[in-house]
Amino acid sequence: MLRLEGVEAGYGDVVAVRSVSLEVRAGEIVALIGSNGAGKTTTLRAIAGLLPLRRGSVELEGRRLNGLGSAAVVRAGVAHVPEGRQLFPTMTVGENLELGARTAEGRAYRPQTLARVFDLFPRLAERRAQLAGTLSGGEQQMVAIGRALMARPRLLMLDEPSLGLAPVVVGSIFANLAAINRDGLTILLVEQNVLRALKCSHRAYVLENGTITLSGASATLLADERIKRAYLGR
Amino acid sequence: MAVGLTLIFGVMRVVNFAHGDMMVWGMYLAFVLATRAGLDPYLAFPVCAVALFALGVVVQRGLVDPIIEAPHEMQILLMLGVALVLENTALLIFGPEPARVRSPLARLAWEVGPLYVDVARLVTFAVAVVLTLALSLFLYRTDLGRLIRASADNHYGALVIGADVRRIYATAFGIGAACVGAAGALVSPILPFQPPTGLSLSVTSFNIVIIGGMGSLVGAFIGGLLVSVAESLGAVFLRPSLKELFSFSLLIVILLFRPAGLFGKRTP
Ligand SMILES: Nc1ncnc2c1ncn2[C@@H]1O[C@H](COP(=O)(O)OP(=O)(O)OP(=O)(O)O)[C@@H](O)[C@H]1O
Ligand SMILES: [Mg+2]
Repeated sequence: MLRLEGVEAGYGDVVAVRSVSLEVRAGEIVALIGSNGAGKTTTLRAIAGLLPLRRGSVELEGRRLNGLGSAAVVRAGVAHVPEGRQLFPTMTVGENLELGARTAEGRAYRPQTLARVFDLFPRLAERRAQLAGTLSGGEQQMVAIGRALMARPRLLMLDEPSLGLAPVVVGSIFANLAAINRDGLTILLVEQNVLRALKCSHRAYVLENGTITLSGASATLLADERIKRAYLGR
Repeated sequence: MAVGLTLIFGVMRVVNFAHGDMMVWGMYLAFVLATRAGLDPYLAFPVCAVALFALGVVVQRGLVDPIIEAPHEMQILLMLGVALVLENTALLIFGPEPARVRSPLARLAWEVGPLYVDVARLVTFAVAVVLTLALSLFLYRTDLGRLIRASADNHYGALVIGADVRRIYATAFGIGAACVGAAGALVSPILPFQPPTGLSLSVTSFNIVIIGGMGSLVGAFIGGLLVSVAESLGAVFLRPSLKELFSFSLLIVILLFRPAGLFGKRTP
């Protein structure tokens, strides 16, 4: 479904990712893991059209995405839950969610999708009229995910959804991601919480200093000595 | 007028010093329409609004857009430049003499009990109320309006959801300028004007916006009422030339108690 080929991107003189190639197949949850500054966020931003590629290509179902700009990437079916959530703090939860419906399909199915989001995150239904900026971190993460779902994407990208959240909340968010995936949505998940990410994904890529150093089935990686030593502290 | 400024600042965090001069252009346009086409400003104000909308979009697309990511100071300089160009172009075309648009309405007054109600001011006020309401409805009830607020709230977030932020900014800037154009046409029979009037109009509308709270439409409206009442009282009880003393004292007092303005939200 999604294919990255030799992607290079950066900021000014900094080359943050170089020659990253990866693939996400329809129906999968693929994890992209790595330590701080490895280039995970940069990779997602490059896919989302928020950062220009310097080299390489990004394709969604054979269609080139790079160079189109973020609006076109969203319209092509890629929704992004960015690092730091990036909500609209002085707008209500309901408005934040509805703003996510920027695609033709999202607009057409707005009430149905909204019902599904409230079904996944009942808390948001209660807080529908509350300003997003006044929510707790976990609730804000739910809004960010819900907002992305409102676009009715074919691929959902999440950047560290567990960051700064209590373990219980993280557990429920990951359970919801699994449920969304069972609905048929393909997911590319960036995580520093390597154990959780490997447990809930089908396959994973390890990013180090801007390049992929390891990849494979998540279950295999979970047992890999290098992963255990570097990321699982065992 | 302040409503337009609020919209532009609220959405783009661009401090528009060309605001007053855009308004003066609205006034001159009303003047030209009245003298050449015999069109009363109270009928011509939509035309002025449309013309200023176009001017706003052009300024935004051509000048503000390339530096939208630049720091505030750069934008202030740019808008000061635009203000100077607008003012001096007006000077070149219309000359320095004060102008005033004649309208039969402006000389009309109704006697209501012991009071005289100035019809022209009443109409202006009514249009301002309708415009503020319409703009609020637009911003809170339509998709485009919500997108404008969202972009104001979080520029990057708007990019993330796939909004065409450039088009949204151009629209917002255009609407802000349109409000100013309408306002200019409406006050042109009441307020004599000349090219340098723009600066004092800019200052007054900043005063209003700061009192009302940056980025709040209702605030801009209430602030406008407060400032005009303060200035009228000042003109009656002191000397007309001291009227601004009142509105700026009001500004200082309000900022002492509410640093974000009456309806402003503190930015976290
Ligand atoms: N806006 C920026 N300007 C300059 N350099 C940047 C910028 N953003 C990121 N970088 C650099 O790019 C590299 C990769 O950053 P990136 O944010 O992609 O890492 P990450 O894997 O997401 O890390 P984390 O887990 O901490 O979020 C880092 O060295 C970082 O310093
Ligand atoms: Mg990151």
